[in-house]
Amino acid sequence: MKVKELIKLIDGHLYNPTANLEREIKGGCGADLMSDVLASIQPEAVLLTGLCNPQVIRTSMMADVAAVIIVRGKIPPKETIALAAEEELALISSQFGMFELCGRLHRAGLPSLERSVGDGPCSCDE
Amino acid sequence: MGEPSRFQGHTITDKDAENITRVEELAYELKIDAVMTRNPATVAPDTTMCDTLNLFRQNRISGAPVILNNTLVGIISIEDLIRCLQKNDLSSPVSTYMSSKLLTVHGVDPVIDALKLFVSSDYGRLPVLDENNILAGIITKGDITSGILKALQKDYHAEEVRRYRASHLFEDIESDRSSLILRYNIKQGDFVRGGAASSAIKRALLRLGATPQIARRTGIAIYEAEMNLIIHTTNGGVIRVEIEPHQISINISDDGPGIENVELALRPGYSTATETVRELGFGAGMGLVNIQRCVDSMRLESVYGKGTNLRLKILLQKEESVGEGSTPNKEN
Repeated sequence: MKVKELIKLIDGHLYNPTANLEREIKGGCGADLMSDVLASIQPEAVLLTGLCNPQVIRTSMMADVAAVIIVRGKIPPKETIALAAEEELALISSQFGMFELCGRLHRAGLPSLERSVGDGPCSCDE
Repeated sequence: MGEPSRFQGHTITDKDAENITRVEELAYELKIDAVMTRNPATVAPDTTMCDTLNLFRQNRISGAPVILNNTLVGIISIEDLIRCLQKNDLSSPVSTYMSSKLLTVHGVDPVIDALKLFVSSDYGRLPVLDENNILAGIITKGDITSGILKALQKDYHAEEVRRYRASHLFEDIESDRSSLILRYNIKQGDFVRGGAASSAIKRALLRLGATPQIARRTGIAIYEAEMNLIIHTTNGGVIRVEIEPHQISINISDDGPGIENVELALRPGYSTATETVRELGFGAGMGLVNIQRCVDSMRLESVYGKGTNLRLKILLQKEESVGEGSTPNKEN
């Protein structure tokens, strides 16, 4: 699926019109923890997230993300938009929630590009 | 990947294929008036063939539009001149020999339109008209070739030259051991710039000819470490990346506060991050775990109250070597 098709599918708003809308998206990943994204995402995925700080773009550049969707209609700050524009990475927001968006994209044929990171104990609640 | 082909053993690489596609794209993108010859030499219907011959010779051209009262009425070419010479008829006017069956294109049309006409007809040149159907120029296959070549060079030149130079960095330097060292000073608490150093390092590696996989692994490892410097240190720290053809050695150091319990810090999910940091999407206790996953070796030394030193190493296989003119790769 191309970025431009994705935008249509989620009724999205594109913040940086100079991004490459022909870029091919191979799958998706939904996460709010950037470390989880870095650990689990495979290249050329669309990242769905509720975070909107510039680190989302940095993380995406490191992890070869093909496009970023900010969920639940959040408006990213101008630093994030500026960085996305500089890196020519499509930054899109959608009014829909994370669950709805993941569902729509999966139904449209996008596979999950989240790899399991379950190779060690998680001591979050210790 | 490319099998040895019938093209005299020349293999068509992915890079070639990419360029072919770009040429095709350009044929659709470029407008005819961007590549045509403007203000071409013209003749009138009553110009003699003798004068036309001289005009062709002086201007080193092989054809010219025929204009009457600002209107294009025909085209005269070297083939017409040859027919005229065979009959020894140089005193005749152009109108006797010119071709008035005209194929024209418009300046605003894409180059592909002219190319299609060249293929379907045996014409060597096409008059180009402006929006008022007045002659604006003339286009030949040669104009198209050089126009596309120029556009291609403009497209690729800057990044290609950078990448080519960087990817051959170590090739012409003689030493027992050459390396390139990059240093970045990271400020504590600078969340907005956080990741800028990692981005720069990743870009540098790609220019040096690293594979996308190596650039990605290195980028992710350094990014996590960079965020650690921003989140946890007292005064920030320094990232030092030493790039050699066969390995990338990374050293991240700071002068405090140091890690109280290194073993605990390495445990997945263990975190000392504040709520503010967690809101940024970090501090889930996965940083060091992620780093370890991306590198071939990791050594963490920390003295509580003094500072921390993290050494990482990424080993490169022969085909992954950087700076030695390895296979050019594509940035994703």
